[in-house]
Amino acid sequence: MSLNEEVELLRRITLFAKIEPSKLKLLAFTSERVIYEAGQELFRQGDAGDSAYVVMEGQADVLVDTPKGPLTVATLGVNDIVGEIAILCDVPRTATVKAKSRLVTLRIAKDLFFRMVTEFPQMAIEIMRELAHRLDQTNRKLREAAAKRAD
Amino acid sequence: MDKSVFAYIWRHSKAEQIVILGLVLVSQFLYFISLTIPKTIVNDGIEGKAFKKAPEIPFLKFDLPLPGWLFDQGSLRLFDGFMLAQWPYLVAMSLLFLTMVTVNGLFKMQINTLKGRMGERMLRRLRFELYDRMLRFPLPHFRKVKAAEMAGMVNNEVEPLGGFISEAFIQPAYLGGQALTALLFIMLQSLAMGVIVIVVLAVQAFVIPQLRKRILVLSKQRQLQTRALSGRIAETVDGSQEIHLNATSNYERADIGRRLGQIFVVRFELFKRKFLAKFLNNLLSQTTPFTIFLIGGYGVLFGDMQIGSVVGVLLAYKDLPGPVKELIDWDQHRTEVQQKYEQVIEQFAPEGMMDPTLQALPEGPVPALAGDLETVGLTLADEGGAKPLDALALSLPLGTKLALVGPATGGRDVLAQVLARILPPTAGSAKIGGSDLLALPESTVGARLAYVGPDVYLFPLSIRDNLLYALKRRPMTKARYAEAALAQHEAERAETRRAGNPDLDPTDDWIDREAAGAVDNAGLTARLVAMLKVVELEEDVYTLGLRGTIDPKVKPDVAAAILGARNALHETLADPSLASLVEPFDASRYNRNMSLAGNLLFGTPVGNVFNPDNLGRHPLVLAALRQAGLEAGILAMGVKIAETMVELFADLAPDNPFFEQYSFISAEDLPEYRGLLQRLAGRDPSQLGEDEQARFTALPFRYVEARHRLGLIDAAMEERVLAARRAFAEALPLELRGAVAFYDHAAYNSAATLQDNILFGRPVYGQARSAERVGQLINEVLDGLGLRSRVIEVGLDYNVGIAGKRLAPAQRQKIGLARALIKRSDLLILNEPTSALDAAAQVRIRDKVLAAAEGRGVIWSLGRPALADAFEQVALLQGGKLTARGTPAEIAANPLYAEFAAAN
Repeated sequence: MSLNEEVELLRRITLFAKIEPSKLKLLAFTSERVIYEAGQELFRQGDAGDSAYVVMEGQADVLVDTPKGPLTVATLGVNDIVGEIAILCDVPRTATVKAKSRLVTLRIAKDLFFRMVTEFPQMAIEIMRELAHRLDQTNRKLREAAAKRAD
Repeated sequence: MDKSVFAYIWRHSKAEQIVILGLVLVSQFLYFISLTIPKTIVNDGIEGKAFKKAPEIPFLKFDLPLPGWLFDQGSLRLFDGFMLAQWPYLVAMSLLFLTMVTVNGLFKMQINTLKGRMGERMLRRLRFELYDRMLRFPLPHFRKVKAAEMAGMVNNEVEPLGGFISEAFIQPAYLGGQALTALLFIMLQSLAMGVIVIVVLAVQAFVIPQLRKRILVLSKQRQLQTRALSGRIAETVDGSQEIHLNATSNYERADIGRRLGQIFVVRFELFKRKFLAKFLNNLLSQTTPFTIFLIGGYGVLFGDMQIGSVVGVLLAYKDLPGPVKELIDWDQHRTEVQQKYEQVIEQFAPEGMMDPTLQALPEGPVPALAGDLETVGLTLADEGGAKPLDALALSLPLGTKLALVGPATGGRDVLAQVLARILPPTAGSAKIGGSDLLALPESTVGARLAYVGPDVYLFPLSIRDNLLYALKRRPMTKARYAEAALAQHEAERAETRRAGNPDLDPTDDWIDREAAGAVDNAGLTARLVAMLKVVELEEDVYTLGLRGTIDPKVKPDVAAAILGARNALHETLADPSLASLVEPFDASRYNRNMSLAGNLLFGTPVGNVFNPDNLGRHPLVLAALRQAGLEAGILAMGVKIAETMVELFADLAPDNPFFEQYSFISAEDLPEYRGLLQRLAGRDPSQLGEDEQARFTALPFRYVEARHRLGLIDAAMEERVLAARRAFAEALPLELRGAVAFYDHAAYNSAATLQDNILFGRPVYGQARSAERVGQLINEVLDGLGLRSRVIEVGLDYNVGIAGKRLAPAQRQKIGLARALIKRSDLLILNEPTSALDAAAQVRIRDKVLAAAEGRGVIWSLGRPALADAFEQVALLQGGKLTARGTPAEIAANPLYAEFAAAN
């Protein structure tokens, strides 16, 4: 896969959708492409986070440790981004991510990500928007859950 | 050392000085003869005065002319000579003149050579003596001296002394003799002229030194200023980090600028004075010929003086101011050197110098210490009257494991340093088995005691040499020399003795294997590795070994073993699940995980000739590219890379670290490339000028297809690069063979690291944790072949850099500990030797060190009292006194200790 194809993929991710193609190309150029075989872990719950990953090919499972063992909470596919929380606010990884099939990712290192954000404020706004959106969703779920429990 | 430089010189070079003085005396005789010849040539040979009386006169008739008042006949007949006519006489006399000049010259040369040798010998002796004294300085004195100043004194400041030493006695004798001979000659010709010359010389000899008094003061000032400048420059080097962190570079500039200004003033003043003296000197010396012309001419015109005599006097006088001036110079030199000598000697005679006998070379193994360690009233008081150690009394069997705890200023670290003889106590005594610790020879202390403090100094040698440094107290086996080298070695030894240097050979084997508990080199290495394990450094040294290089000619066995590992690794890599990790080097294939430069050379560049940055300019590479039809392809690649870089990096600030990390084009060059691309405007780049093309051609050599993913290398391009690879290898001339180490599966690559040699390929980009997995594979292969120890041996050759700066502080401390452990001392004194390590490692290493010192004594000053529980005895030091002592259990019950431990 060449750089231009990677840029095309990145553009389809909501977080990056409104960012100029040339900036995305820089992001792709400075990021590393990492391939995982099925079953390999991208990172493990509790690890310190140093990078985010964009899935370019294949699928990955998101697993959370529970007293009964790991529980798959979501499955990621092409165009999904994972691991960005840990690099944004320096918290340990909140879940384990494992390749479900052969997985091609673009690994965006933490310092690289921050430098891009400082260099291009448009990216920061997009990320804020995305995070606000997620917060809204989480709040809604919380309200629903609270309402359920009240019942 | 002698206070007077003359006494020093005379004491050490009497015999040589006398021989040379004798030669000087003979040379004066020859000189006198050569002076009489021109006179005879003019008077008899040319004017033919003697031939007016007889057709033939004797040649080589030798009369020693003596004044009438000394000898009745006026001269003393030494030889009757051969009878010759005028023309043959003139020829013979001229030839004699030439011979005398030559003989004189040869004599001078011989004297100068002898003088030079003596001077150099004395300089060697003096330098050695200074260094020797430095080795006997009391240790606390080193806090007051600057390294650069000491080096400057031993090296530069005594250098002029060397020059002077050879002339100290010879010069006045030689020059004085010459001047006296010339003067005698003049006196013999005419007493009046002699008197005039003497008067002028006397004036010269009086006035010039007067002028030079100030010069002496100034040169002393210059010496001190220059020394201080070296000291300041060394401070800048040592404190470079602080200068940058505090942004004081301009403050430092100001200081150095002022110092240089002061040196300038002094130097210029010196310059002016020197030239004034020179001018006066010249003036005075020219007044004498003036009088000789006048008075001598008068004598010829109106008296019975011969022209030949006037010419002779003139010739003699021509040689007179030279020696006289040099004599005056010598005198000035003498005062200067005396002052310099005193200045230097003063710096090398601090109080409390160690007695040389304490450093005497031990005859054989030093017997083990035994008995009790006992201190009585041990006190250390500083200048301010504070007492870091206050009448401390401590007694324990030598083999005890004792922990010293207490506040940092309580005296525990000072006690450790006093027991290791780093700090001399001001009062009290310390005895081991009844003998005074402070009076023990250094060789005993060095062998039977070991000390490690928090700051470890490492020599800029390999890790191995730093560890073995603890074992080099005496030559164990004499170095063997081959027939040819032996004669030279013996000559060198003889010369060494003549210069008063010790007859010790650093090429001897100094390593005391027995002290380390080994019999041979293999055993020694095993001991080193064991010590590295104790201090948990073995893994680090192994990693350093993997990153190290070896010369396969020096270590053919290691190279062969690594080739074996290469084969084993490649067999493992044949497993399909692992094959994707490494792309092996293959002469017939393009390696997409290697740069274009690497693919072209198919080898590691050695030196700078084929460095990727120079590749696009090298005619040989260009020719290979042309031959493979690759020129246009590379140019197009360059243009494409330039376009991408301009597109990607155009909006970034020039100081953005992205440029350095990722861009093919630096921030400064980017606008130029943008301009070039605009001018190109999509046309065929081959239409560009040669220089502009070269700008693009320079870009693609660092391009790695798998990493940069610009899709620039297609199958056709790969084929052409392979063709260029072959063309380059074929065209490489013999003299450039050394500039590339080609990849050859059957050969060890001396330019590459051990790890790269095993890998013989490139880790594939984009494989998750490939570096980690490849590293693991290499470890498995090496362990499987039993090669781990070989790699560690290569790691032991790693050079630690100046003061060990190429290692982390924790690693330096670990080497310090291992160095102390290797010599198996009876008592190991440790003063927070693991302070740079994390808490868990401190506990682990404490246990391992205590286990390694089983059966021997350990006194360990602990920064953290929690570590004390593993010791047999614990001593609490507060305010320089021992306030509590006992087993860990006992002392825990002590209220003083409980109070201290609670606070820490």
